[in-house]
Amino acid sequence: MKNKGRSYYLIPYYLWIALFVIAPVLLVIYYSLFDLDGHLTLDNYVNFFTPVYLKMTLTSFWYAFLITAFSLLVAYPAAYLLTRTKHKQLWLLLIILPTWINLLLKTYAFIGIFGTFGPINNFFDLLGIGEQQILFTGFSFVFVSVYIFIPFMILPIYSALEDLNLSLLDAARDLGASGWTTFRRVIFPLTISGVRAGCMAVFIPALSLFMITRLIAGNRVITLGTAIEQHFLVTQDWGMGSTVAVFLIAIMALFMIITGGSRKGVRNEK
Amino acid sequence: MRNKNGFSNLYLVLVFAVLYAPIFYLMYYSFNSGGTMHKFEGFTLDYYREVLQDTRLIIIMINTLVIALLSSAIAILIAIIGALAIKSVQNRRAKNTLLSLNNVLIVSPDVIIGASFLILFTIAGIKLGFVSVLLSHVAFSVPIAVLMILPHLQDMSPSLTDAARDLGASRKDVLTKVILPIIKPGIFSGFFMALTYSLDDFAVTFFVTGNGYSTLSVEIYSRARQGVSLSINALSTLIFLFTILLVVGYYFLTLKKNRQNTSEAVAEPVAEAGVPR
Repeated sequence: MKNKGRSYYLIPYYLWIALFVIAPVLLVIYYSLFDLDGHLTLDNYVNFFTPVYLKMTLTSFWYAFLITAFSLLVAYPAAYLLTRTKHKQLWLLLIILPTWINLLLKTYAFIGIFGTFGPINNFFDLLGIGEQQILFTGFSFVFVSVYIFIPFMILPIYSALEDLNLSLLDAARDLGASGWTTFRRVIFPLTISGVRAGCMAVFIPALSLFMITRLIAGNRVITLGTAIEQHFLVTQDWGMGSTVAVFLIAIMALFMIITGGSRKGVRNEK
Repeated sequence: MRNKNGFSNLYLVLVFAVLYAPIFYLMYYSFNSGGTMHKFEGFTLDYYREVLQDTRLIIIMINTLVIALLSSAIAILIAIIGALAIKSVQNRRAKNTLLSLNNVLIVSPDVIIGASFLILFTIAGIKLGFVSVLLSHVAFSVPIAVLMILPHLQDMSPSLTDAARDLGASRKDVLTKVILPIIKPGIFSGFFMALTYSLDDFAVTFFVTGNGYSTLSVEIYSRARQGVSLSINALSTLIFLFTILLVVGYYFLTLKKNRQNTSEAVAEPVAEAGVPR
């Protein structure tokens, strides 16, 4: 009641929401309805369901899935072991520090490491396997992405593990559960919120990052993100680019509904 | 038992080695006189000299810093208003809607933000360059800053503002003398987050920057696409040192601030840093 008529100072924030949150989404949807010549049409959507784009979407998903799965596989044990260390804050800071280095620089490092004369190929030479083409393959793309995403997978899982009540583990053991059963029936279910948050932090960027793809995978891997960048900045076909963007937004919304509630799980650590 | 411990330590050490190896690899070869990233021939500081003498690069670095500081300052002002707005909404449902709208830009991938802002600026007739980059950096820094401030605002006891008003404080006084001091830690960490978002951003800037205007990440990208050049290595060493200084500085500042309270909040704001969306 007392706020009535005096909340004009809130205008900048609502203006921000209108201009930079709502308007862009509407504009993308609007643009997806136009072809290159500016005619109103549904052609872009028809195009999207041709094999070329469907295949691209599927590969994009497959790679994002691989990246998420491998990140989880590496990050979960690491997060678990981190909770057992003595100087947790220090270790945590060490995990966070690499995320502050610009992602392009880290990606760039791999151009040298995976290069024809790089250390990995030297190592292969030493083993007698001989030089391999590592750069510009699907493998290097997955590896570099996993490398970049690992900290973002470790952190939410770590905080979920930290919240875990340790007496539950003792209880499980007292009741005769083996180590594996304790993990499967007690630890993992109780930290699922962290796993969800981590997967969300990895999966969606993995679908859409285009700079790693461009620098590391050349034109071998085309993800949804690369397609959008290509349409907007290279071929200038904003209509088709917007259509791909609309699908990415839809996928994202779907993904958030499926993993819904996970945010709450992470937030209550505060 | 001992054996198990050794194994788990080994795993952790391995993860850390992999995390840091590429960074040190970059730094190591920045001193290579051979000019490549695979055969170390001799020690040289040439590439550092090259970086420091490159006026174009220095202008770009200044651009990046100006954009970061300016956009964070504007973003934090909007974010304070935003946190007050979300707090002032009584209806639970409306509050959740507002929060979801706030979070849209945090969860959206960068390409989408970049592409949609490009459309927005083109339609609005804003020339691509400094203004468009600044506006988009403000835009994507606001939500995270709001999230940093909001918990402090929500923890604030309503009796404090009631008491202030009962004692005759004007609305302005309540804001500047009661609310702002209480949410100050949130403002501080929000500003810092906005700063890192801005410094770290590549994709959005890449979309909305026109010809002739560039930030550091865009410049690094275009150089890296042309292949290996050791001046990028030298540059990344400098950036790495700068980052460490920043992190350590921030760490000690928050440590000092939190000493009276608890130290639990230290890692939290840092934890969300620079998620590549």
